[in-house]
Amino acid sequence: MAKSLTTYLDELRDSRVWRSIFRSGPGQSNLHHALVVQSNVFLHLFSVKARKRVLDFSVTWYLGALTFGAFLILVITGVLLMLYYHPAVPLAYTDMKDLQFVVSSGVFLRNLHRWSAHAMVLLVFAHMFKVFYRGAYRPPREFNWVIGVVLLLITLFLSYTGYLLPWDQLAYWAVTVGSNIASAVPVFGHRIRFLMLGGNLVNANALLRFYVLHCMILPLTAIFFIAIHFWRIRKDGGLYAGAPTTIAEKEEER
Amino acid sequence: MSDEKDFVAGFDSNVRKAPVRVAFVTRRTSPQVKVADEDQLMTHPGVFFRVAVAVELLAIALVTLALLWDAPLEGLADPMHTPNPAKAPWYFLGLQELLHYFPPVVAGVLIPTLVVIALIVIPYFNINIQAESLWARDGVRRLRIVALVAVVLCVFLAVFDVWVALVPTVIVAAFMFMAARSSAQSVSRLRRWLYSKPLSFWIMTWFLAEAAVLTAIGTFFRGPGWSWVWPWRG
Repeated sequence: MAKSLTTYLDELRDSRVWRSIFRSGPGQSNLHHALVVQSNVFLHLFSVKARKRVLDFSVTWYLGALTFGAFLILVITGVLLMLYYHPAVPLAYTDMKDLQFVVSSGVFLRNLHRWSAHAMVLLVFAHMFKVFYRGAYRPPREFNWVIGVVLLLITLFLSYTGYLLPWDQLAYWAVTVGSNIASAVPVFGHRIRFLMLGGNLVNANALLRFYVLHCMILPLTAIFFIAIHFWRIRKDGGLYAGAPTTIAEKEEER
Repeated sequence: MSDEKDFVAGFDSNVRKAPVRVAFVTRRTSPQVKVADEDQLMTHPGVFFRVAVAVELLAIALVTLALLWDAPLEGLADPMHTPNPAKAPWYFLGLQELLHYFPPVVAGVLIPTLVVIALIVIPYFNINIQAESLWARDGVRRLRIVALVAVVLCVFLAVFDVWVALVPTVIVAAFMFMAARSSAQSVSRLRRWLYSKPLSFWIMTWFLAEAAVLTAIGTFFRGPGWSWVWPWRG
């Protein structure tokens, strides 16, 4: 008379405590599945249903979802890296060496963070071009496209600020090249550069500023805009599926 | 199927509410008109499951990459010792390549600002929402304008010695001429496909080609003093 695992799970879902947290309770009906999405503060950003044909891999290549996946990996590995990192000169660099020789799986952690960052930049660009070529930016989705452009810029700044943190030659001179471009802005160029670096040269102040931007300000801004980006998909009519099927086409299918 | 009609008719099946109701919906006018019920999938669990699988596959790929290749780490940062060449991260190397030809205020400030503004305003151009072919109307006049723009752009790039940006421009222009010489009845599938593309497609494709070529050249083909090097030599 052993009960199956699903029975136990259903009993758990039906318990008073569980139902006080997740309102939907047990069940397999469409109403139940809709409630799971609607009654969850995070999931309610999404619509409860999606058109089937938009879920074929060839339609979107899942690029938006994959970008978000890369972001999640970066948050997790990034928080773990913060445990071993001091944003100071030259401690930042010796921490890289500690990751290499002292911390268990330290090299793997840094590798995963680095490659995921490159992957995210690539995926964001790919997502943008795919959305453009599908025409998914057209009204009523104009503003979600604009938010997408903002998220592209945030991604580039996140990657760029992270680039300095290892404090090796590669990081130092890449950021020097980048910050020199900022000083080419007419009139305010040198002030912008001073504000960005906390000085006239890339030094310990710049490292601290980039660290705060990279670990606090930019990720929080990204999460803010990602939430709006997801929610707007629902508000603007769901995942874009191209031109709607006409009744005539529907008849032809049958 | 008669090709002449530009609409489809639908009937409401609820006799009580609508004894006879005929709706005329013109074809391809608005992406918001729902003309037929579509097969749908519940987000939970259907869509979430597929997304989870996609993200897991990405995670597996990235973990494999992280196990096989180490992230670069050079010596401690030294302000007194400039490496040659000093390169920005790869996604800025297209801009750094442009810095080689134009003054910093153009390549580093003007061009990126214009690109970002152009990207933002794209969806606010409510012209040609049906994505009609560039050559569908006024084909000859449009071809002349395209030719003029292409020639001016090529001369401009040649004057500044930007040969690397000239090549993608010439290639995209060649495809545009090929499209202009095609029609919806062309035998070749490629020609029919090229013919069907609107202006926005051509502009974005040119931008994508330029960005890809400049980034690749900045990444692989530039050595000491930003001189040209072949990546397979050395």
